Amino acid sequence: MFELLGIPPQALFGQLLLGLINGAFYAMLSLGLAVIFGLLNVINFTHGAQYMMGAFGAWMLLNYAGIPFWGALVLSPIIVAIIGMVIERTLLKRLYHLDHLYGLLLTFGLALILEGLFRRQYGSSGLPYNNPLPGGTNLGFMFLPNYRAFVVVASLVVCIATWYVIERTKLGSYLRAATERPDLVQAFGIDVPRMITLTYGFGVGLAALAGVLAAPAYQVSPTMGSNLIIVVFAVVVIGGMGSIMGAILTGFGLGIVEGLTKVFYPEASSTVIFVIMAIVLMVKPAGLFGTAK
Amino acid sequence: MAANATPLLEVKDLHGHYGESHVLHGMTFDVHPGEVVTLLGRNGAGKTTTMRAIMGLLRKRAGSIRYQGTETVGLQPNKIARLGIAICPEERGIFASLSVRENLLLPPVVLPGGLTVDEVHELFPRLEERRNSQGTKLSGGEQQMLAIARILRTGAKLLLLDEPSEGLAPVIVQHIGQIIRDLKKKGFTVLLVEQNFHFASTVADRHYVVEHGRVVDMVPNDKIAENAARLEAFLGV
Repeated sequence: MFELLGIPPQALFGQLLLGLINGAFYAMLSLGLAVIFGLLNVINFTHGAQYMMGAFGAWMLLNYAGIPFWGALVLSPIIVAIIGMVIERTLLKRLYHLDHLYGLLLTFGLALILEGLFRRQYGSSGLPYNNPLPGGTNLGFMFLPNYRAFVVVASLVVCIATWYVIERTKLGSYLRAATERPDLVQAFGIDVPRMITLTYGFGVGLAALAGVLAAPAYQVSPTMGSNLIIVVFAVVVIGGMGSIMGAILTGFGLGIVEGLTKVFYPEASSTVIFVIMAIVLMVKPAGLFGTAK
Repeated sequence: MAANATPLLEVKDLHGHYGESHVLHGMTFDVHPGEVVTLLGRNGAGKTTTMRAIMGLLRKRAGSIRYQGTETVGLQPNKIARLGIAICPEERGIFASLSVRENLLLPPVVLPGGLTVDEVHELFPRLEERRNSQGTKLSGGEQQMLAIARILRTGAKLLLLDEPSEGLAPVIVQHIGQIIRDLKKKGFTVLLVEQNFHFASTVADRHYVVEHGRVVDMVPNDKIAENAARLEAFLGV
């Protein structure tokens, strides 16, 4: 059947896998954005820079401290999350009573500063990071590199675990309730300001984790975040702001759509997500999984 | 009420602002342990604002609010809740993204001595039947029950109930009246905001009459009959 369409199965499944990998990054990043937006009402434009910092964190841990990938996978997100929480405590929290636009401007400005700092220090050409899981498996219809399989599985596990904690646990019920009525949740005795700080840290940590996972798959470069984040915002718009499952499904789904477009109509592969975004905005302005506020 | 007992809640010369507008102009009243006390008044008199000020939800407040002798003006709402005060807000505040059971279990236990989940279900059997429904899928009366039920588990001794009878059918209002009397028997102290003084007179020990952000009169419930005409005129019912 593939031969009928003039497409060898190797190419089809290869692109499908690439799409799935991209989808894994879209899903993790849009999940963090959705969690942050839900509770803080801040559109975190620093998200791309924090993803980049996660990748650089892994690179620095390896080159300055000799800590290999697996250690960096845990340490780098924690370090970047702590930096994020400091930003929330010192800057973001002053903006909650103002319009969304102020949070957007602040986080956008921060992203430019962070990117500039890294570009000044490390140049913009990108640094290599060795693949911690070389080799792969021949599945017959395609070759599956070990590291790519790991990225997809790791991202799925993290996304589903996050969904479970938010939608099915007591801790998650605090988060959902505080997303609706932070004042009332605080009046029940819960320290909502601390919860906001930790939630921001968690969302930022997810971005940094995606960054660490991206380091061996792509290059570590100061602009890796800003290139990706525009697509991720389109993913968030399509999925609907604030929906957890929506962010995950849309992330993976659009990665696959993008991969398939590369096979069947490569010319449209870099624009297909934005075309879908335009259509979704016309038909369902709140996004596929969003509810109008 | 015995004059020698120390009040559980003591509000003195409380002022409150919403932005630029001055809403509370020196509210002064107290609530003794085990009492059910109402704040009666028309719409806009400042009753709900007083509740929000006690809970710390109104940030711009001045004067004194003492709970068990502790000054709470200046404390964050979560710290005030942990002293043993809980609110059932006027709009009920049931969370749409939480099930009935999650809504019920949401407020953390702040002090020992609250009701167990089983005791809560005994008072509100309907909530157990509907525990897996989405919180806001309940009827208005059921949502009101849930809003009261969830603050009984926490160990809070002072319950702030903001117009629990509002917008409900008479039979449900009677049921809520019975629940408030039960809560009094169980040793809870209740501060109730009401516009409906017929309902208030079936549950309360004393009534504070609120107008323009201050207390203008106090009527013990056993004197309510002789003051009925005056109160009705005052509340415009």
